[in-house]
Amino acid sequence: MTYNWNWGIFWEASPEGTGNYLDMLLSGARWTIATAFIAWIIALAVGSLVGVARTLPSAWANGFATAYVEFFRNIPILVQLFLWYFVLPELLPRAAGMWMKQLPNAAFWTTAFGVGLYMSARVAEQVRAGINALPRGQGMAGKALGLTTAQTYRYVLLPMAFRIILPPLTSEFLNTIKNTSVGLTIGLLELTGRARSMQEFTFQVFEAFTAATLLYLLINAVVVVGMRVLESRVAIPGHSVGK
Amino acid sequence: MFASFDFDVIWRTLPYLFLEGMRFTLMLTVLATVGGVILGTLLALMRLSGIKALSWIAAGYSNILRSLPLVLVIFWFYFLIPYIGQWITGASRPMAVGAFTSALVTFTLFEAAYFSEIMRAGIQSIPRGQQSAGYALGLTYWQNMRYVVLPQAFRNMLPVLLTQTIILFQDTSLVYVLSITDFLGAASKVAQRDGRLVEMYLFAAVVYFAISFALSRLVKRLQARTAIAR
Repeated sequence: MTYNWNWGIFWEASPEGTGNYLDMLLSGARWTIATAFIAWIIALAVGSLVGVARTLPSAWANGFATAYVEFFRNIPILVQLFLWYFVLPELLPRAAGMWMKQLPNAAFWTTAFGVGLYMSARVAEQVRAGINALPRGQGMAGKALGLTTAQTYRYVLLPMAFRIILPPLTSEFLNTIKNTSVGLTIGLLELTGRARSMQEFTFQVFEAFTAATLLYLLINAVVVVGMRVLESRVAIPGHSVGK
Repeated sequence: MFASFDFDVIWRTLPYLFLEGMRFTLMLTVLATVGGVILGTLLALMRLSGIKALSWIAAGYSNILRSLPLVLVIFWFYFLIPYIGQWITGASRPMAVGAFTSALVTFTLFEAAYFSEIMRAGIQSIPRGQQSAGYALGLTYWQNMRYVVLPQAFRNMLPVLLTQTIILFQDTSLVYVLSITDFLGAASKVAQRDGRLVEMYLFAAVVYFAISFALSRLVKRLQARTAIAR
């Protein structure tokens, strides 16, 4: 290969003037984590509501939730991001549109919300699958005990459903982290974007991408281990869910 | 609200959007699916082969690629492929590789990691007794795979493979980061040239939605039919 390796590049000062290239990548990793964190909260909250709505007897709630899931699942994440970033401010009333455009860290918030809503459709499908995996008798038993529908979900169905879907939720969380990388197209300086700009400044392509790869693998490993711990912490003795 | 819209811009650029952009997207989707399924099946066979080294290589490959964002993988291969080409052909300088070839190699290698997990599940869904029966009849390993295991594994996994293809179809839009003229790239180029971001991105969203939604309906019907057959 005719490539000049230079692993010392990480300790050279970056053109941003606030440290070396390693700091630059680590700052990217922090943006990735922050974006993924907010996106995941949105995905969990909205996804749980929509997933529950898909299992309700009400045809209206069901129809709305189905339309929601289909909308967010059938448009590529990049196109969705462009819709939020370029299209939405133009469709809103002038004042609201201006406010959105002038928001500090607009790329960060757009990516966090865009990825969050995109992932919420996937979380909703998991929540629905988890609830449907429970024996039908459980919901009926709740009703027979005089619980309202909300109480049945809160105390009977959801606690078990969430335990069942913890493993697939782990991979959806990992997908959320990976999907934040599309934020670089609207100027979010997350990990992949930082690696890309380091490559543009230094031409040390493979060092930059190797470092980004290792950081992604590290973040993944931390999440996987964390979720394993959570799984064993919330496991109910006698119920070997997912084993 | 829509009064200031210029929907004519879509009509004017339709041939460019579809004959150039969508053609690229669909070719990339189909070829990367075929390549990804073939490579993915080989990886699944390696993973299940019982030979430790092969199994580790296949597991490492699919686990690492599945941990990385596609955007990063696209950048990796975009810069790596010229060097790999040089290494294979023994040329004196990195090989010049076109946008389509680069994207095709990237998506084939990336999606193979996902297809290999699907095929692994498919192969494992076939009772082991069938393979033993095959060996008892005197079939070799490859005959066993070719005539007994893989046909059934493919049939069982067809809906999942097609769903992954729909995901792949949507994922191809990420070649945008290399300024390639796929469907989204074409829409985006028109949008920026004519200052018509709203119209073009809305139109792109509608087209992607229509295709993905129609395909996912087809997969659902297929699933219902194969479910009865079993």
